[in-house]
Amino acid sequence: MTQERTSEGAGPVLSLEQVTVGFDTDSGVVEAVRGLDLQVGRGEIVALVGESGSGKTVTAHTILQMVPENARITGRITLAGADVLSLSGEDLRLLRGSAAAMVFQEPSTALNPVFPIGWQIADGIRAHQRIGRRAARARAVDLLRKVGLPDPEQRVDFYPHQLSGGQKQRVVIAMALALDAQLIIADEPTTALDVTVQAEVLEVLRRLRDDFGRSVLLITHNMGVVADLADRVAVMRHGELVEVADVADLFAQPRHDYTRELLASVPRLRAAAGEPIRSTPPNAEAPPVVVAEGLAITFPGRLGRPAVHAVRHVSFSVAPGEVLGLVGESGSGKTTISRAVAGLVGPTGGSLTVLGQEFRGARERDIRPLRQQIGFVFQDPATSFNPKLSIGDCVAEPLRVHRRDLTEAQLRARVASVLDMVQLSPALSGRFPHELSGGQRQRASLARALALDPALLIADEPTSALDVSVQARVLEVFAELHRELSFAAIFVTHDLAVVGMVADRVGVLRDGRLVELGPTASVLASPQEEYTQQLLAAAPVPDPAEQATRRTRWQALVSQPG
Amino acid sequence: MATVVQEPRQRRGWTDLPVVWHVRHSAGLQRGMLIAGLVLVLGIVLVAVLAPFLAPYSHAQMSGAAGPFPRHAPPSGEHIWGTTVGGYDVFSRTLWGTRTALLTVLMAVSASLVLGVGLGLVSGFFGGPLDRVLVMLADAVYAFPALLLAIVVSIVISGGQSSYFGGVLSAAIAISVIFIPQFFRVVRAETLQVKAEPFVEAARVFGMPRTRILRRHVLRNTTRSIPLIITLNAAESILTLAALGFLGFGIDPTAAAEWGYDLNRAVADTSSGIWWTGVFPGSAIVLLVLGVTLVGESLTDISDPRLRRRRHRGRKKA
Repeated sequence: MTQERTSEGAGPVLSLEQVTVGFDTDSGVVEAVRGLDLQVGRGEIVALVGESGSGKTVTAHTILQMVPENARITGRITLAGADVLSLSGEDLRLLRGSAAAMVFQEPSTALNPVFPIGWQIADGIRAHQRIGRRAARARAVDLLRKVGLPDPEQRVDFYPHQLSGGQKQRVVIAMALALDAQLIIADEPTTALDVTVQAEVLEVLRRLRDDFGRSVLLITHNMGVVADLADRVAVMRHGELVEVADVADLFAQPRHDYTRELLASVPRLRAAAGEPIRSTPPNAEAPPVVVAEGLAITFPGRLGRPAVHAVRHVSFSVAPGEVLGLVGESGSGKTTISRAVAGLVGPTGGSLTVLGQEFRGARERDIRPLRQQIGFVFQDPATSFNPKLSIGDCVAEPLRVHRRDLTEAQLRARVASVLDMVQLSPALSGRFPHELSGGQRQRASLARALALDPALLIADEPTSALDVSVQARVLEVFAELHRELSFAAIFVTHDLAVVGMVADRVGVLRDGRLVELGPTASVLASPQEEYTQQLLAAAPVPDPAEQATRRTRWQALVSQPG
Repeated sequence: MATVVQEPRQRRGWTDLPVVWHVRHSAGLQRGMLIAGLVLVLGIVLVAVLAPFLAPYSHAQMSGAAGPFPRHAPPSGEHIWGTTVGGYDVFSRTLWGTRTALLTVLMAVSASLVLGVGLGLVSGFFGGPLDRVLVMLADAVYAFPALLLAIVVSIVISGGQSSYFGGVLSAAIAISVIFIPQFFRVVRAETLQVKAEPFVEAARVFGMPRTRILRRHVLRNTTRSIPLIITLNAAESILTLAALGFLGFGIDPTAAAEWGYDLNRAVADTSSGIWWTGVFPGSAIVLLVLGVTLVGESLTDISDPRLRRRRHRGRKKA
């Protein structure tokens, strides 16, 4: 079948027909995408959603043939009337950027740190057109204005490090716009950004469609982002398309089981505010497990640089059996606080008392006896286990160190029982960490933290590296264990919906300060501080209609002066 | 209480051993290079082991049943690779030389491995003043011309030339002094990286003693690139040993056969057209170094998934 170059206005901008992508690996060919059919119309935003490993990113990269050498592509990809797979070399180069452009996930690595942003935008233009230096600069300024970067005349000479993450992502979008590409492929454009910044970037992407009539292929795993932005949604799983539907239909009546499952596992703010999980009501009389009084943590600056004040004058306490959620955006100091409570960083000001021991100025020798009562769950399950030890050995480690009295058989029995507690089959104990899935590893991490039956558990973003369906399961296990064992816990997260599901009280952090602290239900339902309100309004919810009203509320909030 | 399960420990099979794994996961030219290197090295090891049976004479033998050997005799039935100016049989000395070379390399590499890895681990993990002093020392050793350092060390140890074992030992120590900093640097860098991994922090959080963390978590995860350094250093140490012998700081010819010394003696022969005294020991050095280098280089490439060639290659796309 031969296809004429379609003229402007008619037909889809992009169409994929029976596209299959396989990779040659050590263990044979692995098919990442199988028989995919998808179309993106003019001025349409199509969201390609799926969990990790579903093949959505490979699909996006295949459109411009940005795939590694060991990939094999079959099928047919038509982009702006051109058959992409038949092109190579110079023809392909000319197509990239002018027919379709990409916006990458991590704006800080998508920009070259040694050139000014204006130069980088102009460089993209010069790759396709003959254009004078002054004209290129004027174009760059114009593009930066279009994506809403303030003071584009000055900022055009800025280097990437002088801009914030959200501003950098705007620059990347401006680069994608530079050559009038009809299709913008945005690969997880907001995943690396904080929610308030995410809302701004989504706004820019929306304007690509509304103001400039571009089509966007949006790759994401966040159903809230989909509800906020997309016209049509394609759900992928294991390299196959399971469902394609208009955004309203998909959220209202998902047809496929997997879509339903995916939507059900997204944590929702609304439901959370209703009933936070309660185990035993925190015992007010018993001495608190953690007390922070005016806690400050400062990291010394490198030569000639000012010190970094990660945490400034934060006060809170955690009662036995209570779960305190710490929420905040990146750089708010939430992780630093959790690491201080775990004794990994020393406080530099104020006071931090954990299990009756003052941590400020304490030596490792003073802290060590307490360590068996503190469990810690790390953010990234992939790196929190020694890759050379089996899961059973990893979980047994705390026991081997602190419970020298146990025999090998008792030890193994204990490991089996904690693995059972986190709903992992004890048969997995002989496996190595890389042989487990992310969710299994994170539950094993929880098992290791609980092996010594600690009085205090610290969880630092335990679910942020996981897919939503896996996250739901890990949170369920956490809640169940908390009901049974009633440990005190500090739960650090950037996701307000997650904190609503697990915490009794929430502390909202910003720039190292505690902005608001109170019972979860009241903080989430009627936040007192403006920052908390913004944070709540910026988080997109997986419901197109509700998200539309939330969006207007958020716009009203941020447009308020001050 | 849950039932006690017999832990089905997954033992790693012999196919996961470094070099074996590499052969199994290689393809095309890379596989050819690796196998050629392995064949060369294994062949030379075999020759070294079987030297007493293969060599017609001993390494220092100057006379046979029919009286003293002729000097500078060209290759013949009696002496298939000829004899040297001193009347040694070239074939026998070249074969016995494999033993000296391999023994020295083995000792030098294992000494620098143990010391370099140990110091690198401690230095990287504990840091502080000890780390700074060790890094400075390593840099100082780097700054010296390697051969000069080896000569000085070998003179200090043996006072020039010496017995077989003394000579081999001093050469090995002299060579290992050069290589300790290489192992040290690589292992220290890896340690610094592993030290910041969450699983090490996890061990710290539940109060594992530091020496145990070092043994159990850090050591095992810093050994990745060591097989590669071993092979590359082995090639270099063969050359260093030969250079020491060539310059007259090696092993006494009556104590052991050593290719560098033989080459030195062969220098004067070249002008008079006597080729056999130099070509054979020289080729032996080249072959051994070539074999070890081929193994080392292809291990490096195959270990890196981006450089590794796979059996089924897709069509190339720009």
